[in-house]
Amino acid sequence: MNPTKKYSNTRATLAIAIASFRSIIRSPSAVVFSLAFPLIFIVVFANIGGSAVTVDVGVAKTSDTSNIVYKVLKGTKVINLIKNQSTEEMTKNLAKGSIDAVINIQRNSAGTPFTLNIQYTEASAQKDGILKSLLNSIFYQINSYGNTAPQPVAEIKAATIKGREYKYIDFILPGMLGFSLLSSGVFGTAFVFLSLRLTLVIKRFFATPVKKSSIVLGEALARLVFSWLGALFIIMVGHLFFGFTLVHGAVTVINMLILAAIGLIIFMGFGFIISGIAKNESTVPPLSNIITMPQFLLSGTFFATTAFPTWLQSISKILPLTYLNTAMRQVAFEGAGIGDVGPQLLVLGVWFIVVYAVAVKTFKWE
Amino acid sequence: MTKQPIITVKNLVKNYGDFAAVKGISFEVYDGEIFGLLGPNGAGKTTTLEIIETLREKTSGEVMVDGFSVDHDADSIKQRIGVQLQAAGYYPNLNLSELITLFCGLYGIDKTPTEMLEKVALTDKAKAKYKELSGGQKQRFSIATTLINNPKIIFLDEPTTGLDPQARRNLWDLIREIRDSGTTVVITTHYMDEAEELCDRVAFVDGGHIVGIDTPNHFIDELVASGFERKKQVKLANLEDVFINLTGKEWREG
Repeated sequence: MNPTKKYSNTRATLAIAIASFRSIIRSPSAVVFSLAFPLIFIVVFANIGGSAVTVDVGVAKTSDTSNIVYKVLKGTKVINLIKNQSTEEMTKNLAKGSIDAVINIQRNSAGTPFTLNIQYTEASAQKDGILKSLLNSIFYQINSYGNTAPQPVAEIKAATIKGREYKYIDFILPGMLGFSLLSSGVFGTAFVFLSLRLTLVIKRFFATPVKKSSIVLGEALARLVFSWLGALFIIMVGHLFFGFTLVHGAVTVINMLILAAIGLIIFMGFGFIISGIAKNESTVPPLSNIITMPQFLLSGTFFATTAFPTWLQSISKILPLTYLNTAMRQVAFEGAGIGDVGPQLLVLGVWFIVVYAVAVKTFKWE
Repeated sequence: MTKQPIITVKNLVKNYGDFAAVKGISFEVYDGEIFGLLGPNGAGKTTTLEIIETLREKTSGEVMVDGFSVDHDADSIKQRIGVQLQAAGYYPNLNLSELITLFCGLYGIDKTPTEMLEKVALTDKAKAKYKELSGGQKQRFSIATTLINNPKIIFLDEPTTGLDPQARRNLWDLIREIRDSGTTVVITTHYMDEAEELCDRVAFVDGGHIVGIDTPNHFIDELVASGFERKKQVKLANLEDVFINLTGKEWREG
């Protein structure tokens, strides 16, 4: 009976967000999945991988070695260029995985000045992922400089690249972040909305003037803040203790958090779908695993997707987490901005539309 | 008692597919009374309540609550009523204070948790989780959440089911206090002794129809006047009186 006071949807949304946030931080599974697991993986893999990985790269006999690309590669600590093997030896060693890739740089007479042909090997897929990321980083910078000043690029380039080691943490941490967002988004959302529905909490909410949108927004806000805090924590631990590379410092962190939000919103969509089709709480884990496990394994969380046979890679190329991981790595290690990961965001955008179109159909309030 | 209707239900019908759960119910609830909706399981009590509470769409008929129609003014009704659902849970992992704070936000009302918990004598449980409460405490907490928005009417769906005799009596006292402070109470129950003790008027619902509506006393007098007699000789006390006499009236905090 407060007819004079206008009802505030914002206040109701925040009340739900605060309640939900309190509930999340007191729920052991949320904390374990979002913080403990990623940290354990990071600690384990960062130590297994050692602080500085080297990638052995054979240089083909026919390769041009008097160009800037070659010089930059040579100046990169992580890359160990091998020139003293015959073509036959190289092919054999590549197949065995004792060298990780073979490059062949060709000077072009027209168009792009150089073409870098690279042959990876399934025997050493993990390092190839590192190499690939590294090459992307190098090329991204060579090309961005190339646009403004075509000739004297070489010196500046080499200087920037120098001393930037690509450590395994640079590969594993964005992957872990993606995994943490995926599990929090899918499991967390599915469990919360199913249990709120089954225990009639939502029905009781409907007996108050609260709007449905406030319930969804409040829940999403709480999960987002929790995921952001988790991501910040993981990034800081990675940066301070394991030397995780943040090319542009705080700006890179902010870009990563923006990507984290985009990823989380899409993954929450899967959670909404599962909460709608699950009959009870015991059907949530299997349904969630159908969504999370393939992405966990195939989206380049632990090792590069280049490790897989082509048919498997084509599955990787569909999964949203693949694109989130790629975007995260480009932002963190290659120094890309949000605008530079447009192609990844486009794919994620398509996923957003698909997931929420299904979620709207399957979601149940009662 | 002033006989001013605060809820008016006219020819209310609710069909679930082919099944007719409510088949044209009409009744009025007067301002300031405790009104009991009685009847066997599946009679349509909960469906009727949920339609009045704006939680469920009706098939046809007319329902007015405190001058507002459920068709057009559901939000105004929600702001004027308090609802306790049968077997509803509360947001997980929160303590009672935090739950009250949440509901204050949902209703857009400024009240302190202590203020609300005092009304139902649960201040010492402010830091406890809902699931840690005894049955009686759970029901009293549920009632506290229905009172946050100073409602004109509260709806209690089987609030005493599963409670021991002491807890039940304790809850009756609370419900009478709420009525005495001017709030209309609509209650469903399967216990006729409870309805007789507590309700100012009751309506019997069976098979989707109202089969009678009057004061408990009047119903009993009518039945007796019709020549009805209990098979067993009525004694001056019953077993529940013995129970209360032997175990005391004080309510145990579970």
